Amino acid sequence: MKIAVCVKRVPDSEARIKIDASGKAIDEGGVKFVLNPYEEFAVEEALKLKEAAGSGEVVVISAGSDASQETIRTALAMGADRGVLLKTDHIPLDPLPVAKALAAELAEGGYDLIFFGKLAIDDYSHGIGPMVAELLSLPCVSAIAALQIANGKGKAEREIEGGVEVVEFPLPAVLTTDKGLNEPRYPALRGIMLAKKKPLDVKDVALETGGLDVLSLSYPPERKAGRIVGEGAAAVPALVDALKNEAKVL
Amino acid sequence: MPNVLAILEQRSGDIKRVSHEVLTAARVLADGMGGEVHGLVVGGPGVATDGLGAFGADKVLVASDASLANYQADRYAGIAADQVRKGSYAAALVSATALGKDLAPRVAARLACPFVSDVTDVKYDGAIIVTRPVYAGKANITLKISATPCVISVRSNAVTPKANAKAGSVESVAVSGGEPRARTVEIKHPERAAIDVAEASIVVSGGRGLKGPENFKLIEDLASALNAAVGASRAVVDAGWRPHAEQVGQTGKTVSPNLYFAIGISGAIQHLAGMRTAKTIVAINKDPDAPIFKVADYGIVGDLFEVLPKLTEEIRKAREG
Ligand SMILES: Cc1cc2nc3c(=O)[nH]c(=O)nc-3n(C[C@H](O)[C@H](O)[C@H](O)COP(=O)(O)OP(=O)(O)OC[C@H]3O[C@@H](n4cnc5c(N)ncnc54)[C@H](O)[C@@H]3O)c2cc1C
Ligand SMILES: Nc1ncnc2c1ncn2[C@@H]1O[C@H](COP(=O)(O)O)[C@@H](O)[C@H]1O
Repeated sequence: MKIAVCVKRVPDSEARIKIDASGKAIDEGGVKFVLNPYEEFAVEEALKLKEAAGSGEVVVISAGSDASQETIRTALAMGADRGVLLKTDHIPLDPLPVAKALAAELAEGGYDLIFFGKLAIDDYSHGIGPMVAELLSLPCVSAIAALQIANGKGKAEREIEGGVEVVEFPLPAVLTTDKGLNEPRYPALRGIMLAKKKPLDVKDVALETGGLDVLSLSYPPERKAGRIVGEGAAAVPALVDALKNEAKVL
Repeated sequence: MPNVLAILEQRSGDIKRVSHEVLTAARVLADGMGGEVHGLVVGGPGVATDGLGAFGADKVLVASDASLANYQADRYAGIAADQVRKGSYAAALVSATALGKDLAPRVAARLACPFVSDVTDVKYDGAIIVTRPVYAGKANITLKISATPCVISVRSNAVTPKANAKAGSVESVAVSGGEPRARTVEIKHPERAAIDVAEASIVVSGGRGLKGPENFKLIEDLASALNAAVGASRAVVDAGWRPHAEQVGQTGKTVSPNLYFAIGISGAIQHLAGMRTAKTIVAINKDPDAPIFKVADYGIVGDLFEVLPKLTEEIRKAREG
């Protein structure tokens, strides 16, 4: 089983976001970057499938700056076999150029499965996985919460509003992972040591600029100061009154 | 002509309410460009398309076939992309639901065009300009789309549907065939059909303050009095008290209801990521310093086990009276 996992380096979800002087990007100084949390489910699933198959390879691919090597190493420390960095200093906001660069790399690989996270927590775009699948003309199921693979075929479940869609597909295929699919393992110390010696190819890529221009980045409007209507059950009538007559939401 | 295609979602033959939001957003762009809005409905035979003209559809295009009753990603994407090409649309809009989040990037890839997801605002000012939250809602980005066509998904509940009567004449369009690469074989529904958090206009969420799964009865009672959906923090989902489908936040669902109750929820940044755009937020927490009170419009400091039964009772009265 040959499996690829595409991973992105993103600001930690706790990070304070500061807009830089250009007003169009964030100031990365002092921000901690991590492996996008959804890719933890993707790496875990890939490792489990390889372990179940008894043989194979899990390859971690990221497009980004040199700093993304650290992100790839996190996945290697979980147990992936080798990494590929598609090195570029600028990731455009338009997902198409990124999807094209990943698709070009993946097309050569002969992968049985290609995993993505459901979305990157910086841009919340949930776009790259299905786009790569389309560019490669592969079957794709997005945001999966359950997966079975057997005899060259797969069956996945994805949550929809008020239900679950069950989707069948042949391999090779593209899958994007949601929380709930599995419990990601934490890199053990041994894994972290081993990861340092695992192969990591760096390839320079030139991405197209894409069709989106940033006009501005701004802080969301502050929510207007709320108020504590009171303490304990005694405050209930005042709350209901405020919801009914002030906020007019009842 | 700079027309806009609004891809309208149906489930079980009913057009979903979010489709009115998409029509309203499409109308803003079409009016800016001096073009028309065409709705596209893909589904099985007999989807009820009446009433779409009232929300601004000049035309409603229906692609119907028994094999399309359920969402089939490849076929829906093929039909939508063909339609965008055939009609030379400037933009295709879809709601950022489970279906739209899956469909939109596929259509964009097939058209090799820009894609912007989950926008909360659209306008036309010489070019299409969209705004969307990034970094889990800690910032908003405004983008100019400098290529046509483009594909845009619109966050649910972010655009208020506006009545705007247009002809809404219905036309059927040819359904391209072809075997889907992946096939939806079944849709499982839970035994007790609950209102989905992502779609509800009122959400009542509970957190670790509930102390145990059995106490979620208190949350369910309040939700039922309000005809609301039940939501949950990650802490209680990870503990197995509630299903993942109810999780609100960065690794759960993003909701923008009219009214959001956070009960026994501390208000961690990852929870706020999923609900900070709610119109009115109510927090009930025994800790006056809980961060949730910083975003709440109304708060009660107190023991939820005392407050909830009383609140459910008063709400029942208020709704009857
Ligand atoms: C990468 C990442 C992603 C995450 N994604 C999410 C996400 O999607 N959604 C999410 O919710 N979290 C998410 N989290 C977890 C988040 O950081 C918090 O741990 C979680 O939200 C806490 O849940 P809670 O508020 O229910 O529990 P706690 O933080 O334990 O809060 C319980 C609250 O209940 C109050 N309380 C206790 N007893 C009572 C009582 N009797 N009456 C009234 N109040 C009472 C307490 O004062 C406290 O404020 C994520 C974390 C990470 C690192
Ligand atoms: N620069 C990148 N390099 C590799 N994979 C990426 C990159 N950006 C996004 N991805 C993958 O695509 C998924 C969806 O990202 P997005 O469409 O940006 O929300 C992520 O969870 C990653 O798996």
